[in-house]
Amino acid sequence: MNEHTVKSYEDEFKLLDRRIAQMGGYAEKLLVQAMNALERRDPKLAENAVASDEMIDQLERDLQEQVIVMIAKRQPLANDLRHIMTVLKIAGDLERIGDLAKNIAKRALAVAGESWPKPLMTGMRHMTEMVQTQLKDVLDALASLDPEKAMKVWRSDQQVDAMYNSLFRELLTYMMEDPRNIGLCTHFLFGAKNIERIGDHTTNIAENVYYLVHGVPIADDRPKGDRTSSTLITPGQ
Amino acid sequence: MNLMAKELDSALTEKISVRDLNFYYGSTLALKNITLPLYEREVTSFIGPSGCGKSTLLRVMNRMYDLYPNQRAEGEVLLDGENLLSPKQDLNLLRSRVGMVFQKPTPFPMTIYENIAFGLRLYERLPKSETDARVETALQKAALWAEVKDKLHTSGLSLSGGQQQRLCIARTIAIRPEVILFDEPCSALDPISTARIEATIDELKNEFTIAIVTHNMQQAARVSQHTAFMYLGELVEFGDTKIIFMNPSDRRTQDYITGRFG
Repeated sequence: MNEHTVKSYEDEFKLLDRRIAQMGGYAEKLLVQAMNALERRDPKLAENAVASDEMIDQLERDLQEQVIVMIAKRQPLANDLRHIMTVLKIAGDLERIGDLAKNIAKRALAVAGESWPKPLMTGMRHMTEMVQTQLKDVLDALASLDPEKAMKVWRSDQQVDAMYNSLFRELLTYMMEDPRNIGLCTHFLFGAKNIERIGDHTTNIAENVYYLVHGVPIADDRPKGDRTSSTLITPGQ
Repeated sequence: MNLMAKELDSALTEKISVRDLNFYYGSTLALKNITLPLYEREVTSFIGPSGCGKSTLLRVMNRMYDLYPNQRAEGEVLLDGENLLSPKQDLNLLRSRVGMVFQKPTPFPMTIYENIAFGLRLYERLPKSETDARVETALQKAALWAEVKDKLHTSGLSLSGGQQQRLCIARTIAIRPEVILFDEPCSALDPISTARIEATIDELKNEFTIAIVTHNMQQAARVSQHTAFMYLGELVEFGDTKIIFMNPSDRRTQDYITGRFG
């Protein structure tokens, strides 16, 4: 793409891209920290996660302010305006991702004393890895303005939803087997839900990358796989 | 979105249809094969770098170029289906149907009232009361009446730049044209006067067909429903203003409106 005639405008875009990349980097790191904190029941790791989230929040505030100033100063149009607006929206998604991951880390403290069946963590770990890959891929798609890659992320969210459905059922089963599991499993359920929500935010980002490049929204409806809102398991079933 | 724009387009009437227009300054080809419509009761804006031919195109629409030797147009410009480039075209009549407002305000060195009445008398013989009424209506439509109603008989030159420009608009609409051509009407005005002119254009489009040449992208985006981007005498892109400014199809349009041009 040709550069702007005004060099300082070009520099502002570079700074904006750098900020969103940095936010993305922190969000990725935070997700790993949160999962490790939960898995190892490690309060120190949980504290690190909280600190990373503060960085993300600060970056979002800086980015928001920059966007407002750019709009006021440059009155951007066409792809420039889409660039600025989508980065702003993506920053919002990354900030939410940060909050959700931090929330997982905090649960590590609540369940620190508990012991749990190993297969439970395997499911959580697997789901988190899927979402980590999604997040990494969508951030790559943003950096390289690759709508195909973004579409791939967008489509694969269904697998995360499927994973969440089975985890949901599994957790309900544990709770029914032994009421002493209820406290732990509830925390895990919220944790799993948070990971599923992070997956949804990555698909939002994917939609924004697609819009940024093409100037039109993705035409299809996203395949949705989260059926837990209508799932009920009763004893004896 | 595109589909809706197309459906809307089909409901619009072409007030002016430019067809395969070529224009020469001497032997220099300044407009190359231009084809585009001006839709009735709509604002169409023309954008493009200096020298791209947008003002030239406007000057063809009311045959302003006829005043100069060695300038000629080929092709057709239809006004309600009649070719206004035809040698049989009555130029006085044409200019009463297609009015023009220029970059710099050009009030005559006479009173505010006379600035408007002067043009009226050229075309119509009206009793005094009727002339008064037409002057008032024109000033109201140009959003100037409130500011000048108590000093109609002072010189038009005593007004501010923005007021002078609105006086020129009033002068143009007093003779009840069908089309108004604006050639960078706000480039010499401050932002408040510019806003007033834009508000006036918004009002005028309910009654007139309007074309505006502007270097201010945001102005084109604000006031027009259709936009034409011209470059080096060619029409690069013409379409719904929203699409031209949010998602143009041609790379050159995008580069121009985002400030990336060569």
